[in-house]
Amino acid sequence: MTSTPAYQLTDNPKNPQPANGGQACGKVYDTIKPDNRLSIEKSAPGRRALKFKGRLKHTAPPVPEAMKRKTSPRLPELSEFDTVRHFTRLSKINFSVDSHFYPLGSCTMKYNPRVNEDVAALDGFAGLHPLASDETAQGTLECLYDLQNRLCELCGMDAITLQPAAGAHSEFTGLLVAQAYFAHKGQKDRVEIIVPDSAHGTNPATASMLGFSPININSGPDGRVDLEVLKRHLGAKTAVVMLTVPNTLGIFESGIESIARMAHEAGALVYMDGANFNALIGLVKPGELGVDIMHLNMHKTFSTPHGGGGPGAGAIAVKKHLDAYLPVPIIKKEEDRFLADFNRPLSVGRVKAFFGNTGVLLKAYTYMLMHSARELGQIAENAIINANYAKALLKDSYPAHSKEHCMHECVLTPGPEMTAQGIKTLDIAKRLLDYGFHAPTVYFPLIVHEAIMIEPTETETRETIDEFAAAMKKISVEAVSDPQKVKDAPHTMPVKRLDEVQAARQPNLRW
Amino acid sequence: MFIANTNKDREQMLKAIGVGSFSDLVKQVPEKFLYPKFKLPGEGMDEMQAASAMKALAAKNKTLKSFVGAGAYERYIPAALKALLSRGEFLTAYTPYQAEASQGILQTIYEYQSSIAALYDMDCGNASMYDGASSFAEAVRATVRITGRKKVLYSYGIHPQYITTLKTYFGSGDNCRFIQIPHKDGCLDLAGLEMLLDQDTACIAVQSPNFLGLTEDFSRAAALAKAKGALCVAAADPVSLGLFSTPGAQGADFAVGEGQGLGLPLSYGGPYLGIFTCKKEYVRQMPGRIAGLTKDKDGKRGFVLTLQAREQHIRRDKAASNICSNEALCALGATVYLSLLGPEGLKELAQANYDAAHAAAERLCSIKGVNLKFKGTFFNEFALALPCDANKLRSRLIEKESIDPGLPLKDFYPDLGDTLLVCATETKTEDDVLRLEKAIKESI
Amino acid sequence: MPKPEEARYTKTHEWIAFEGAEAIVGVSDHAQHEMGDVVFVELPKMSQKLEKDKPCTVVESVKSAFDIYAPVTGEVSALNTVVTGEPAIINQSPLEKGWLFKMKVNNPDDLKTLMDWAAYQEFIKQGVH
Repeated sequence: MTSTPAYQLTDNPKNPQPANGGQACGKVYDTIKPDNRLSIEKSAPGRRALKFKGRLKHTAPPVPEAMKRKTSPRLPELSEFDTVRHFTRLSKINFSVDSHFYPLGSCTMKYNPRVNEDVAALDGFAGLHPLASDETAQGTLECLYDLQNRLCELCGMDAITLQPAAGAHSEFTGLLVAQAYFAHKGQKDRVEIIVPDSAHGTNPATASMLGFSPININSGPDGRVDLEVLKRHLGAKTAVVMLTVPNTLGIFESGIESIARMAHEAGALVYMDGANFNALIGLVKPGELGVDIMHLNMHKTFSTPHGGGGPGAGAIAVKKHLDAYLPVPIIKKEEDRFLADFNRPLSVGRVKAFFGNTGVLLKAYTYMLMHSARELGQIAENAIINANYAKALLKDSYPAHSKEHCMHECVLTPGPEMTAQGIKTLDIAKRLLDYGFHAPTVYFPLIVHEAIMIEPTETETRETIDEFAAAMKKISVEAVSDPQKVKDAPHTMPVKRLDEVQAARQPNLRW
Repeated sequence: MFIANTNKDREQMLKAIGVGSFSDLVKQVPEKFLYPKFKLPGEGMDEMQAASAMKALAAKNKTLKSFVGAGAYERYIPAALKALLSRGEFLTAYTPYQAEASQGILQTIYEYQSSIAALYDMDCGNASMYDGASSFAEAVRATVRITGRKKVLYSYGIHPQYITTLKTYFGSGDNCRFIQIPHKDGCLDLAGLEMLLDQDTACIAVQSPNFLGLTEDFSRAAALAKAKGALCVAAADPVSLGLFSTPGAQGADFAVGEGQGLGLPLSYGGPYLGIFTCKKEYVRQMPGRIAGLTKDKDGKRGFVLTLQAREQHIRRDKAASNICSNEALCALGATVYLSLLGPEGLKELAQANYDAAHAAAERLCSIKGVNLKFKGTFFNEFALALPCDANKLRSRLIEKESIDPGLPLKDFYPDLGDTLLVCATETKTEDDVLRLEKAIKESI
Repeated sequence: MPKPEEARYTKTHEWIAFEGAEAIVGVSDHAQHEMGDVVFVELPKMSQKLEKDKPCTVVESVKSAFDIYAPVTGEVSALNTVVTGEPAIINQSPLEKGWLFKMKVNNPDDLKTLMDWAAYQEFIKQGVH
């Protein structure tokens, strides 16, 4: 039996169309031949690239007929050159940090040093099997051990796991640890997780994944947690208070000491979402703020590339009372020998197979080696300066949601003369693409109407921020002089605005 | 140090902001928390120092001829794949939130979904999960959501770390039950399954080739499950599908797998690639990102992230999963790999693996007292019963011969005694196999 | 199908109206406007028990998901499967072809506690969502 594809191509792939009807590309893509065919539409029967000629001899019977695959999978048949050209072309119709300013708020799109890539690709690291014995893996284990220690020190925490593969995966691990902690203490009735309304969507999603009830609390007028509101919700059922520091408005949770004290008095734990740790690195130790559990994102703060959506690597750092519950294995050192410790009877288990996203962790470790404590602090300082600088340059046309100085990112909104023309944040985002800038994060946090969230990061120059601000201002002028142009943007991308309604109503998810 | 601002820049920027010094910007942080003491090196390395320090550390890992598989496989990685993955335009992009400026990534995701769905013979797939184990756990979670039932039956041959991950994924607050299905010669025992299947069963979870290397035909098991209203989750190694019957053909509702073997390095456990596919009726139960084909305002073909209302950034506490970042670059690697292979190349590769493993098994079984533990058909690895302590043999061979002969199974399956899981992929030559044979023979 | 004036409305923008012994439930015209293009509708299950003001199903647009709350307590007795295949109907005809489900109502008097057409118009005008 073979399954029929659920969603067929709307165009007939057997009858490939001419390369995109000669549509002119805009200035950004002038040098790229317009050709939006899929690899399968470039396929020709019998065309080959990679071959495997080696055959080891044996006398065993071939695969029994009953177990054989009956139909050949529908994969493209291409030459190696076809493949290289196909994907090279695709790479060129894509914005990236290497090619474009990418001020996505909360995503920390900083430069990804190339030395990290070289290091992770070294045969000694890249070729190491995950089930290699500890004796075989001493180099990698040493790196991971030292990374554990340095990250703990940076966070002011006592223990850490590097197993989670990403930020959300870390949150999941962190709440698992909390759940195990309360279960072990006989407090299984602590089932509520308090989450401010400004939180990342992953926070409530993680809470409910584990069967916790997320309790959404409204932020105060300044965007911070309202201590009175918090107090009303804290109680014998509270397991964890989940905070993002600085919060998603880019401001520091100044009352965090009180929040932590109140939570602890109620018997609850404090979790810090470390997505915004770039604002604190080398400047503040979250452990000193009263945080019990926090996560880190290597692909944000620690400069590892995001690869178009991943892979990332995460970590969960905890205070001593939670150490025993971390997933296995934890890397330990005994005398001069490094080992993966599985002997942790209270551990929650594991959140993925094998160790973790080691290749990514090695990049983060290389980055750490290149910074002293003081230099790590300068990362935060310059991230904060750059965000405030962008905010200052834009203050006349894009009012900031918060009147205070921001930390590493700022949340702006379209000015009244723009909204009077019916210009939405989405229009501004799309128009920015025409000017060669990736859009900031838009419509987040949810508590700010038409939010534009800008995080320049410390690796951008003043000149780049100047150019970005100039483009933003130009758009605010265009919004009044030629609003339709802004509403129809982008004009120079390989495609215009896409029909997301059709995409969702009649999903076409494969050839 | 990768900070762009000079001291002069900083001064000018602070002036433009309207503050006298940096400390004015962080007044919102209580002063006592600022600039704590760190026990970290006072001096950072320069690039050359860091590169050479890391090179020295990499050299501390012992280079071996390794016959370990068990869910992660040493495979040849084509040069063209490495070159394409290192392109900054792919490497340093974020999730394609601005579709018009991210058509490259979006199209690769669409091509990935298409290739994987074709390979697994399933209706559709998502843009990737963290790894095989987390994909597996999410698929089982989906069956529990769909059926509203709380019992999960799993076969003996599922990767033990997948089972640990699965149990961890359900946390301690949930009352799901996980029960192992009896096995016969390492493969699922149908009679045993029938005894366990009932109206409370959410799904049966199976794997082929299983952890012990054996290929299992689970079509009858899937049919039995279906008759009881339960679903079938199947894990499969993607390369094996070049040769062996697919999850789709055998009746799986969800099919998952570890995609590392599709062109990704071993790297001590990650980043890997969680393959996640399902039948079309469960498309909205898929976690994570999904790319779809659509048209732009001018009617021109384009790609977007779609069905987003399932996801955490919209559905928040009611989302199918909390996954946000996935393994996009690894998925791109797999797409390039499958494009370089095509259907014929994949078949050839699968055959090469089958041959390498069978050649190795034949040689090793010629050693006195060494036998295959199970009778069934296997793909690229097999369980080898030894007449001596498997752990000691492994240590000895690593130390003396620089050969890692395979994974002792005692730690995973105490009931299997001194058994070694030996894997030979296309990277192994006749010489490698002879070396292994000789080393084992001399060490027993 | 009811005329808009004959239906009762909730604060969460569902409408409900009797048709014989059963009541029909859908979303108001105001609600479909707020949602934008509906791309997916999940219906409750047949015979599902519904509890007043508890979410019982979901309507999705491209960038949002909206919970639909049971207007009164009762049990699902019929489903409009047309909307699952063609969700745009909810935008085009929220009070007729775009109804969502029918239900047996435990206490018919419950409907009287909901807003009538005039009160609902006033409610929308006040912008209290």
